[in-house]
Amino acid sequence: MIETKKSTNLFRLVLRRMLFLVCLSVVGALAGATLVRFAPGYGVTERDLDPRWSANSLEALRQKQALHQSLPSFYFHYLSALVHGDLGESDSLKRPVRELLRQRFPVTGSSVLRGLGVAWLAAALLASFGLVIRVWFFEASATAFNSFLLSLPSAVVAMLAVHLRAPVFFAIAVVVFPRLYSYIRNLLVQAYDQPHVLAARARGLGSSTIFFRHVLPLAASPLLALLGVSFAISFGAAIPIEALCDSPGLGQLAWHAALSRDLPLIVNVTLIVALVMLAANSLADFAGRTLAGSTS
Amino acid sequence: MTSLQRVAVSVLSAVFVLIVLATFLLPAHYARQFRDIPNAGPSSAHPLGTDALGRDFLARLLYGTRVSVLLALAAALLATLIAAVLGSVAGLLGGWFEHLVLAATDLSLALPWLFLLLVVRAMLPLDVPPLLSVVIAFLMMGLLGWQVSVRVICAAARSIRDSDFLLLARSSGCKPARLLLRHVAPNLRPLFYAQFFISIPLFILTEANLSILGLGVMEPMPSWGNLMRGFEDFSTLSANPWRLTPLVLLVIVVLCFQLALPSPEVAQ
Repeated sequence: MIETKKSTNLFRLVLRRMLFLVCLSVVGALAGATLVRFAPGYGVTERDLDPRWSANSLEALRQKQALHQSLPSFYFHYLSALVHGDLGESDSLKRPVRELLRQRFPVTGSSVLRGLGVAWLAAALLASFGLVIRVWFFEASATAFNSFLLSLPSAVVAMLAVHLRAPVFFAIAVVVFPRLYSYIRNLLVQAYDQPHVLAARARGLGSSTIFFRHVLPLAASPLLALLGVSFAISFGAAIPIEALCDSPGLGQLAWHAALSRDLPLIVNVTLIVALVMLAANSLADFAGRTLAGSTS
Repeated sequence: MTSLQRVAVSVLSAVFVLIVLATFLLPAHYARQFRDIPNAGPSSAHPLGTDALGRDFLARLLYGTRVSVLLALAAALLATLIAAVLGSVAGLLGGWFEHLVLAATDLSLALPWLFLLLVVRAMLPLDVPPLLSVVIAFLMMGLLGWQVSVRVICAAARSIRDSDFLLLARSSGCKPARLLLRHVAPNLRPLFYAQFFISIPLFILTEANLSILGLGVMEPMPSWGNLMRGFEDFSTLSANPWRLTPLVLLVIVVLCFQLALPSPEVAQ
């Protein structure tokens, strides 16, 4: 009976998340279309300022391009193109946005995944090591180093990576690491302070047994939730890092689009990133709840 | 207050005094060029030397500190104000309005912060006067940086929604606006302060990132981010290590804000 109720709750959660993803796609697409339609300078090209074109010719061209179409019609065309996978054309690069995304996404995806892997490994190892040895000097040094890294703008980390010829994923790891370390450490400390861990220690269990059998299962669910959040942090960090390290990923594309006011490009890049973020968060949340359900 | 917090508050106070007195301490205006001595080293006339355009680096640093810190403070104030109003009203009223506010918050939190700023910045003209670029940066950060705070404030307002003192106030005919201003807001004041302090270092770092990317404060107006754009050329930096002072100052100020923050119990 209880198992059935848990399964129903999980099913509801998945349905709710899916519905939220669909809503986000629709709202994001409409917001993106609004941004493009109402941005200052929409529909104005260099041709409009060219004295060789007569007013009549310009008007005819504008009507041909349906610039004066009504707003509902504009939204309808935008959404129907989106449904068919047509994300429009980049104003500045003169290439289909879909093609640009297909080229750039794997670059950023690879950097983000490797950066996250390094950051998670370093943060988890350092936090666990500090907790096992419990030496105040180590704790103080790690906290001070962590606070220092937290105070560095990610663009400065990127410039340092360029100077040291370090790979992009390493710079992402340096930006994500301090945020993970403090959270992981707090979670592990809370788990270590539980009465059942104290009882295990009193019974003479070894440090590694206590850690893997009693502490880690308790902290696993919030750690999985943190995994989803860390995706958002690393994608955000990818913008200055890729832009300054000259890495041809989504971050560099978004920066280029912002500098050249290429709204169709930046709106679609942002929409795709938002969907990836939400999917990652939903997966992490779902995995965390499933794990919490199986351990309780 | 711990001794470390006292030190942090003292350092921040010193920085604020520096900001206020910057106009009197400056050896020259931040935009004035000494064309015969570009890239000069420290001297009695120019304690931190001059930049590539011959502008006094100390003057630019002091003015940049003023711009970055005041910009972050103003943006944090605006963001906290929006979060306080939205969060308190949503928590107090509950129902569809609370759902709507929290859904909007979830929606905007689904985007990485810098992506959101880039989209909005791309909508606005890039070639703007320096002062207008400061206003744009302030408005962008202030109007878009309230999401995390609103969740915390809404949760706190929800927790006092059914408290005895609010029930008593309601039964004595207190209107919702009065309830909010006289009963809810005073109880949430420590939380507002905490969220305000938490936002400041975040906005300082955001301004630095945006300005380094060329989307924040525009030249010749200095800011910490603007001054750090020169770090791309590390050969110049290794020959003139005093050019690192904006970064050192930024790290110290952000660290001090982190140390001076109220306890996590209040912040949550």
